[in-house]
Amino acid sequence: MAEYKWPDADKRTFIGKRISRIDGPQKVSGRAKYSSDVNRPGMLFGKIVRSPHAHAKVKSIDTSAIEKWPGVKAIHVIAEPGTELYWAGASVVALAAVDEPTAEDAMQAVKVEYEVLPHLVIDTDTKSAGEFAKQATENKTGDPDKGFSEAEVTIEGNYGLPMITHCCLEPHGSVMEWDGDNVVAHLSTQAVSGSVALIARPLEIPATSVRVQQDHIGGGFGSKFGPDEWDITAARLSKKAGGKPVKMFNPRDAELMVAGARPSDYARVKIGLKKDGTITAWESQSWGTGGIGGGGSPPIPYIFNVPNQRKQHTNIVNHVGSARAWRAPNHPQAAAITMTALEDAAAALNMDPYDFFLKNIELTGQRAQIYSDELKIAADLIDWKKDWHSRGDKTPGHMKRGLGLSIHTWGGLGHASDCDLTIQPDGSVELKMGTQDLGTGTRTALDIIVADTLGIPMNAVKISIGDSRFPTSGGSGGSTTIGGISASSRRASLDALDQIFAKAAPALDAKPEDLEAVSGTIRVKSNPSKSLTWAQACSKLGATPLTVRGKNPGPGSLTNQGVGGAQMADVSVDIETGIVRINKIVAVQDCGLIIDLKTAESQVYGALIMGVCYALYEEKIMDAKTGRMLNPNMEFYKLAGIGDIGELKVHMMTGKGYDERGVIGLGEPPVVSPGAVISNAVANAIGVRVPYLPLTPDRVLEALEKKGGNNARI
Amino acid sequence: MQDDDKMNEKGSGLSRRTFLKVSGISLSVPLVMGHRVIKVSGAEVKVFGPGKVPIQLTINGKNLSAQVEPRVTLLDALRNELDLTGAKRVCDRATCGSCTVIIDGKAVYACAVLAIEAQGKSITTVEGLMQGENLHPVQQAFIDNDAQQCGFCTPGFVVACKAFLDKNPNPTPEQVKKGLGGNLCRCGTYMGVRAAVAQAAQKGGRRNG
Ligand code: FES
Ligand code: FES
Repeated sequence: MAEYKWPDADKRTFIGKRISRIDGPQKVSGRAKYSSDVNRPGMLFGKIVRSPHAHAKVKSIDTSAIEKWPGVKAIHVIAEPGTELYWAGASVVALAAVDEPTAEDAMQAVKVEYEVLPHLVIDTDTKSAGEFAKQATENKTGDPDKGFSEAEVTIEGNYGLPMITHCCLEPHGSVMEWDGDNVVAHLSTQAVSGSVALIARPLEIPATSVRVQQDHIGGGFGSKFGPDEWDITAARLSKKAGGKPVKMFNPRDAELMVAGARPSDYARVKIGLKKDGTITAWESQSWGTGGIGGGGSPPIPYIFNVPNQRKQHTNIVNHVGSARAWRAPNHPQAAAITMTALEDAAAALNMDPYDFFLKNIELTGQRAQIYSDELKIAADLIDWKKDWHSRGDKTPGHMKRGLGLSIHTWGGLGHASDCDLTIQPDGSVELKMGTQDLGTGTRTALDIIVADTLGIPMNAVKISIGDSRFPTSGGSGGSTTIGGISASSRRASLDALDQIFAKAAPALDAKPEDLEAVSGTIRVKSNPSKSLTWAQACSKLGATPLTVRGKNPGPGSLTNQGVGGAQMADVSVDIETGIVRINKIVAVQDCGLIIDLKTAESQVYGALIMGVCYALYEEKIMDAKTGRMLNPNMEFYKLAGIGDIGELKVHMMTGKGYDERGVIGLGEPPVVSPGAVISNAVANAIGVRVPYLPLTPDRVLEALEKKGGNNARI
Repeated sequence: MQDDDKMNEKGSGLSRRTFLKVSGISLSVPLVMGHRVIKVSGAEVKVFGPGKVPIQLTINGKNLSAQVEPRVTLLDALRNELDLTGAKRVCDRATCGSCTVIIDGKAVYACAVLAIEAQGKSITTVEGLMQGENLHPVQQAFIDNDAQQCGFCTPGFVVACKAFLDKNPNPTPEQVKKGLGGNLCRCGTYMGVRAAVAQAAQKGGRRNG
């Protein structure tokens, strides 16, 4: 019986090294096929007529103009007359035509009448939200009155961040093909295995008749679990068109309006403090929205378990395209409210926030030591002790420089995952798993693990993922993929190796347990010259290939949860123009045992950049009157470019104390802190808090003018 | 055909595509294949469309033909008619660079060029950068420096980097930030791209001239 653990550091060939992603050549050459690249013979193009109103009832639909239109092959009403629609961009009628121009023309000729209903799309205060504001009951910990009465200093401040959208570069959608009784779905999805049943159910066919395929996905970030209503619609259109495949991908405006949003969150925060930096009490009134389904309720105060708390959260239920999981749901909001308020508390005490955080670090619980270690490393990397100054850069001139910090946490336990590892008598190896590679390097990680365990080169292993016919593996969300897929593939590889050892042992005149797999050989541990090549050993299988099922959860502790990270930012602010420039951000992050250091670092760099985007630029701007999104395009829904991110430095916590924990997810945690660190650095630079993200020039200038942001508009 | 006024009813939603289409249709000519010639103030003017017209494109050294309406962009012709899907459609209005191709030596957003107007020009797409099975130095540098995550922006970025290095063989970091500011990546691969450009510059990213 194999012992299910990760190899010791000196026994790792690929694990933990810097390995280039194996699908890199496909991606750089344009050969990688995304679902939106799938072209099928006779394929039709689907389009959707969407509601221009934020809240309306469909009165009537007239598709007569296009019913006989040459080139229009199928029409499907999604929202029958009488249906209530809850956001601008809601789907009403779909059609499929022979090409895109025809489909676009046809779309314009569909007549829909609406009964317009009252709407609310803004979320700036709870009062004007009226009946749309749902207040939760007050949440109390300890004795907040006592906590505040013991305080020597009390600070109050406003903080928050607006609704933003995922803006995946590959929009949501699919090519759906109804082939006889079966549906083949080329879906852009974070959950290949998990989408099957969700496609079958509304189509009223057995799940065994559905196959989901996806080689590559162009971004998801939490917004692409399972099929959407437009994917089901594409399947219906395909059926109506006699089984012709239908390609239906959102145009950019719909993508930004309806295909995912991160809930807003705002809070008025009060903190009680002792002059020595002890935090005695926390009070917050918070509110936010995630559209008609409501938003989340971020865990504030974040990480710091303040002994006495009084909290009240109000959910605004309004008419904006619904929220979806957005990379580390609720955490970026919680950090952007808590870590900013805590830095303001430090400033009020005239303390260095670095010292203030360390003074209170025990409030963070079991990861206190990790946070302390990480803060020290981050401080060294950014020269905190040299460059930090008390609030407000006093040097002359209009460019003000400042530093800020934050810490964050996440779970990241591996999800359920099955795989089949097949070893052929000729020595070739294939791993099949119904998972997906979001760009995190899932394929590469699997290859690393199988090759490392079997002692063979990475290019001797074929990795097959992205097909629901492969063994079921979990959706890629919550940073659960790497833990799940690494554990199941490691178990499969160890079990398979045991069987190869058993077959090879007689030829080597040894016991199976005395063998090891190293450098493409199976050899006797005590006498490495007694060996078979990998191919020779596998030939002992005879004519029958060996297939082993690997599972997670399973025996041995290969995956774990709970990580900490610390980040610091160095920014410059032009107080004449209000423009914020990033000089440098450093991220120090642990994630247990790292499988591929290169792609792991890329995850963190990417998270920092995504953080710069939401700290400085991103906002779903809603027009109160019309109820529409004003910036559903990439000119005005802004993302950072290559020149906007300053210098970034990533430090991964690896080695002793970390590796033994097993594999823990990484995608989410590093995106939590950037909003807070950048906001804190700006406050340190200009001497006043800009209360709300994104830190656009107008908000910076307003905060400067009002000498502090507490009266600033959202 | 539908009427212009129907299209304009939507008013606020006048996209570039719709705009191109409206201006195309306002010449009231019958549905024809290819172009015809009309006289405007005495001068002879070629009129295309509004139906499909045959086009010839020179892509990666090959002559390819297709039938597209004059309003179809080069990007859509590549992706939908010629199955060259390396260039991606993301913003579809000249903001993100995911559709970047090289036309006569210049990096161009393929979503902002009409297919009919790209005729007679030399077009290089990401599919044309490899020589046989050998990666272009820029492509290799993207792999070595992990300048890709989901990879959706990558083909556009690779093409933009190649065109950029052809013009600036030894760029400064400042030139890189400016010169490649027209490509957006949602996964955040810019650190890798910077390193990739530096590596490719040293190796001479000008292999294909
Ligand atoms: S798709 Fe052409 S620039 Fe964005
Ligand atoms: S790698 Fe995903 S968008 Fe750039």
